[in-house]
Amino acid sequence: MPRKRRELYKKDICACSIFGAMNRDGDRFTGDGVMSAIANMHVRGNGLGGGFAAYGIYPEYKDYYAFHLMFTGSNSDAKRSAKQDFDVFLCENFDVVYDEEIPHGDEATVSDPPLVWRYFVAPRKCGDETNLSDDDYVVMKVMHINTKIENAYVFSSGKNMGCFKGVGYPEEIGEYFMLDRLYKAYTWTVHGRFPTNTQAWWGGAHPFSLLDTTVVHNGEISSYGTNRWYLEMYGYACTLQTDTEVIAYAADLLMRRQKLPIELVAKILAPPIWNCIDRMNERERRLFTALRMVYAPLLMNGPFSIIIGQTGKMIGLTDRIRLRPLTAATRGSMFYLSSEEASIRLISPKLDSVWTPNGGEPVVGKLNNMT
Amino acid sequence: MKSFVFPEFHIIRDEAKCGQCRGCERQCAFGTHTYDPVQDRLISDDYKCAGCQRCVVFCPKDAIEVRPTQSPYRQNASWSREKMEDLKKQAETGGVILTGCGNDKPFRIYWDHIVLNASQVTNPSIDPLREPMELRTFLGAKPDFMDIKSEGDDVQIETKLSPNLTVETPILFSAMSYGAISYNAFRSLATAACKSGTFFNTGEGGLPMEMREQFGKCAIVQVASGRFGIDAEYLNCAAAVEIKVGQGAKPGIGGHLPGEKVSREVAATRMIPTGTDAISPAPHHDIYSIEDLSMLIYALKEATNYEKPVSVKIAAVHNFAAIASGIVRAGADIIAIDGLRGGTGAAPKVIRDNVGIPIELAISSLDGRLRKEGIRNRCSIIAAGGIRCSADVIKAIALGADAVYIGSAALIAMGCNLCQKCYTGKCNWGICTQDPRLAGRLNVDIASLRLSNLICAWSHEISEMLGGMGINALESLRGNRDHLRGVGLYEWELEVLGIKGAGE
Repeated sequence: MPRKRRELYKKDICACSIFGAMNRDGDRFTGDGVMSAIANMHVRGNGLGGGFAAYGIYPEYKDYYAFHLMFTGSNSDAKRSAKQDFDVFLCENFDVVYDEEIPHGDEATVSDPPLVWRYFVAPRKCGDETNLSDDDYVVMKVMHINTKIENAYVFSSGKNMGCFKGVGYPEEIGEYFMLDRLYKAYTWTVHGRFPTNTQAWWGGAHPFSLLDTTVVHNGEISSYGTNRWYLEMYGYACTLQTDTEVIAYAADLLMRRQKLPIELVAKILAPPIWNCIDRMNERERRLFTALRMVYAPLLMNGPFSIIIGQTGKMIGLTDRIRLRPLTAATRGSMFYLSSEEASIRLISPKLDSVWTPNGGEPVVGKLNNMT
Repeated sequence: MKSFVFPEFHIIRDEAKCGQCRGCERQCAFGTHTYDPVQDRLISDDYKCAGCQRCVVFCPKDAIEVRPTQSPYRQNASWSREKMEDLKKQAETGGVILTGCGNDKPFRIYWDHIVLNASQVTNPSIDPLREPMELRTFLGAKPDFMDIKSEGDDVQIETKLSPNLTVETPILFSAMSYGAISYNAFRSLATAACKSGTFFNTGEGGLPMEMREQFGKCAIVQVASGRFGIDAEYLNCAAAVEIKVGQGAKPGIGGHLPGEKVSREVAATRMIPTGTDAISPAPHHDIYSIEDLSMLIYALKEATNYEKPVSVKIAAVHNFAAIASGIVRAGADIIAIDGLRGGTGAAPKVIRDNVGIPIELAISSLDGRLRKEGIRNRCSIIAAGGIRCSADVIKAIALGADAVYIGSAALIAMGCNLCQKCYTGKCNWGICTQDPRLAGRLNVDIASLRLSNLICAWSHEISEMLGGMGINALESLRGNRDHLRGVGLYEWELEVLGIKGAGE
């Protein structure tokens, strides 16, 4: 019997630009502002990946999970057939309320685009699955699709939100999906990618998402191997060949499943150093020691700045010794996060406040009237 | 009966340098050197020499050299000198051949086939002299979920956390009992452990009464099949309790401390009569199954009011990973695994050299097994047996260990030269002996300083290697096999280790 080929981890490394804009009053706006902001950081990317997460774009289907799917293949027939295979699985597990190809521009303007489709679905649970919450059910099915069904990738699975991403500069991807015309969101996060390996594929672009949690990331996670095995123990399959994925899953595990507040989650992903913890008062020392002890495998080591998007929230965080840039700013109800201040100033020349968050200190923007 | 065995070492004395001070004669407990007053010179008997190099180091005139002898036999790949001489010894005695220290056979040492990663460009390497570099490690069970209750800024932890050991560096001293090693050696380990923020392991010889208050907090006390020296105070004065099931040097074999080594003090500590043999049976006679082990684990937890982690030490053997997973489910907080090259004070040579599996493979398969079962967080892994340097430590951690035990390395730091004559009780370095004249040679202050220096040096080196990988906390390397690559290994070996080949 031939010995089976051992599994090889793939981890991709990239430098990047990130940008986020949120209207804390919940007023929705089109993507043209963030597109020009990210275009201003053009040289931080190299055209091998760009993407957007937009919150509040599907108010008419807000009660249904919005699945964005990529079907890959060497030609359009192969992509169609991947979709047919997937549709069989989807219809067995979900009630599909509406589905369509995601509108896009001329395919010639981007390189090798997959077939990109969206479905609005409600879970159809049977047997033991009825014990699962809707969210857990969706996570389980998304993990199944991404690991078991060939040439089909779910890259967005939340309610009333969606990711758009692909190979190209982010402004090209925004143009391709017509984000400046077709969608209005109260939060936009954007990513321009500079992968240091040349293998570029549409699924590998940011944001990475699970349910309504999205992550755009600048940096490299040196602790990837450790984070990955820990998350795998909790049923998260890391399939997308990139380190950013683990941040999205860690955020899902800690915030949705373990219901920890973002302030504590930040202290798990980027904890204070022991020197600081040892000098805290008794109560805090006990808390932070316990967090580091229990969640040591979720410490994100290595340089990063990230923007985590969630329904009603946008969070910025850098690694604990701040090896990647992040600037935060506010203007009225607007809240911005960016790799570079210039990009914020480009779309909002006047700002109420601008600051550089400390390493490991989360900056959190929340909707003022979350319903 | 005339012995047909040739001497293993040849002693060369430079007569021009020798001042007939008779220092070598006093240094050697094996009686190798004798003074001949008629000739006024020292005579050395090669047959008695253990090759411990004590007389060489301590000769004030540097007049002595001790060299291994060449094989006197016709070269034969099958019948090596060792095989022939072991056979002759048995023909002359009819006995089991005893030895000490760890397996010295040329089994593949995987540490030497694994290389580490370093950062270039995309991820800045970190200078440990400028930036904090964190090696602190917690050993014990961690919960799956941590429930908290928060009211405003006040956050309370609802989940009851299991007790954990906190070590400032992931290196602990392996189990070496008082009785097997001298009081001074034992106390040196304890002193260095306390000073270095780590732990020593009492082995199964108990913890002398007068050491309990000062050193109990850095002690892992062992409960082994002989149950020597165990009472409630022994368990409760310690930081953790370890049940010893097996030892890498002699899996499946018990222990035997001969009566000559059981001095009044050793006897008092072990709670046995002076001069009696202290025999540890091969199995625990109250553990014939996993459920029996679970009962002992919980008996010890009850006895210590659930305030101390309980470790179970087993030898790495063929199907140990499945057994270890059962041990975790039986309630152990720490699994200590001891590999093929683990040391001993005395073991049958045939066992030491032929039983068990290499620790590198064992760490990887145990870590992988526990992950697959989703219970990796429910215990910590301490790896032992064949850790020789800081690179071995960091590779062990990247393969999935939480910390390592060092035994032979600690003994070498104190002066041991691995002559493998520990079982004779005549250790000239004062380490593995109960002879007061020999044991007195080991100065606790100096030996403990040598040990704490070793821990300090290795910790610095670990920080350097971590920083080079762009990681500033050791927990981010734990089980992070992405940072390892294999060189010169077969596909199956890479698969068991869970690492890529170099260049992949």
